[in-house]
Amino acid sequence: MAIQRLLIANRGEIAVRIIKAAQALGITTIQIYSEADETMLAVAMADESICIGPAPAAQSYLNVEAIIAAAQASHADAVHPGYGFLAENANFVRAVTAAGLIFVGPDAELIDMMGNKIAARQTAIKAGVPVVPGSDGAISDLDEAARIAEQIGYPVMIKAAAGGGGRGIRIADDEASLRRLAPQAQAEAQAAFGDGSYYLEYVVVDARHIEVQIMGDGKDAVHFFERECSLQRRRQKIWEEAPSAALDQGTRHELCQSAVTLAKTVGYKGAGTVEYLYEENTGRFFFIEMNTRIQVEHPVTEQITGHDLVAEMIHIAGGAALSVAQADIHMSGHSIEVRVNAENPAMQFLPSPGTIDQLSFDHSNDVRFDHFLYEGYTIPPFYDSLVGKLIIHADDRQAAITQLHAALAGTVIKGIETTIPLLMALTEDADVKSGQVHTNWLEHWLENNPQIFN
Amino acid sequence: MSDIQSPLPGTFYFTPSPGEPAFKSAGESVSEGDVIGLIEVMKTFIEVKATAAGTFDSYVIDNEQPVQAGQVIAKLK
Repeated sequence: MAIQRLLIANRGEIAVRIIKAAQALGITTIQIYSEADETMLAVAMADESICIGPAPAAQSYLNVEAIIAAAQASHADAVHPGYGFLAENANFVRAVTAAGLIFVGPDAELIDMMGNKIAARQTAIKAGVPVVPGSDGAISDLDEAARIAEQIGYPVMIKAAAGGGGRGIRIADDEASLRRLAPQAQAEAQAAFGDGSYYLEYVVVDARHIEVQIMGDGKDAVHFFERECSLQRRRQKIWEEAPSAALDQGTRHELCQSAVTLAKTVGYKGAGTVEYLYEENTGRFFFIEMNTRIQVEHPVTEQITGHDLVAEMIHIAGGAALSVAQADIHMSGHSIEVRVNAENPAMQFLPSPGTIDQLSFDHSNDVRFDHFLYEGYTIPPFYDSLVGKLIIHADDRQAAITQLHAALAGTVIKGIETTIPLLMALTEDADVKSGQVHTNWLEHWLENNPQIFN
Repeated sequence: MSDIQSPLPGTFYFTPSPGEPAFKSAGESVSEGDVIGLIEVMKTFIEVKATAAGTFDSYVIDNEQPVQAGQVIAKLK
């Protein structure tokens, strides 16, 4: 049954993006909003809108009961979750389907499985997808640890089996340091948790974050090539591109194929992203997790392949088979997306909500700006600081960076502070230009360039 | 008598985390720079600090309520 009335259970730029895709398909759009979001762009654009509660997300965009009630009151037949909020909440999916509505995404069981690190890893292993090597169980004997570390390969991370987070993690570069550090870790874990056993895991040095966009219809699955998202601050991606500058054709093929195999193994339905760490000096990649939603950075994939991923996921949710075969998916040129956040990079990225006094940007064909701003709009302080994504598509990476620099210089957002000065500085950096980056690169760069915004 | 204002718009909290006692209670002495509350703005928590010394009087808005920049959140005696 094709979807006719789609409720958008999200806000901000992704709500705008989903409304555009749905309206182009002739679907009636229904936008939910909190009391703080009555003036947002998605409410003005949608065919209908419905208030679901007070400003705090817990009482609105995370309120399953209120959203289901809104979907029923507005006679929606489907719900698109966007990203964040309830997009990967299996209980929300169960509530949506129990109400007789279509959830635009995979089913609850699959979301549960991929949301569980151990289950996801087991599924990847079963599908033959490489995972970060590690000890299968907890270790407490030093000779056993040395034997396992030899199999895993150095450097290895020593992590307490009890407890959690990054506490007590040590990194051993060779057997001698393992024999020195493991007893320390064991004693510390014993004192802290009453359990001295530990795990070993291979450390991917200077890892690059590379992910594969996949789409499945429950029977078949295809990939739309990879994205690289190594530039991150506090584990938040701020610059994403496709294709990755680090992969050769052979590795790209192998990586994308492994993501498709994983998707087919689980009978994946909808849009998904398989995330990997890539070790450049050995050319090895390791599965880390699968995201079961549309991602913030999906536009770079759309730019290089020419396929509308949001439209495709709506089609599939409505019961259609994949509209494209793998042989019909090609990539052309290079695309970069940068995230523009309402934060002040000169003041430790202090959030900067407020009213947009002036807005202008480059509207030319090769520049795409996915955003939810208009002059006079007041960005509320209650939600994420992402205000827009500037996306460039050019013939090659170098041209994309040059055009990105120009597009950033031509973007005027007055009334709030934004991260545009940081993004501009990155387009001028030698490492960024040559593609010599990894997931810790930006944090180091910010530490080493404290004066850059002054 | 002096007022403590929120430096940013957001959601105001007068406890460090749910279930814990408030940062300050009536009659408690306050030094300049003492943390009075937290403002959650765009998923980031910012400490609100006293800009003058004095004796704490009261919070003037409820816990977990939206505040505007410049809005008075607490009073000192």
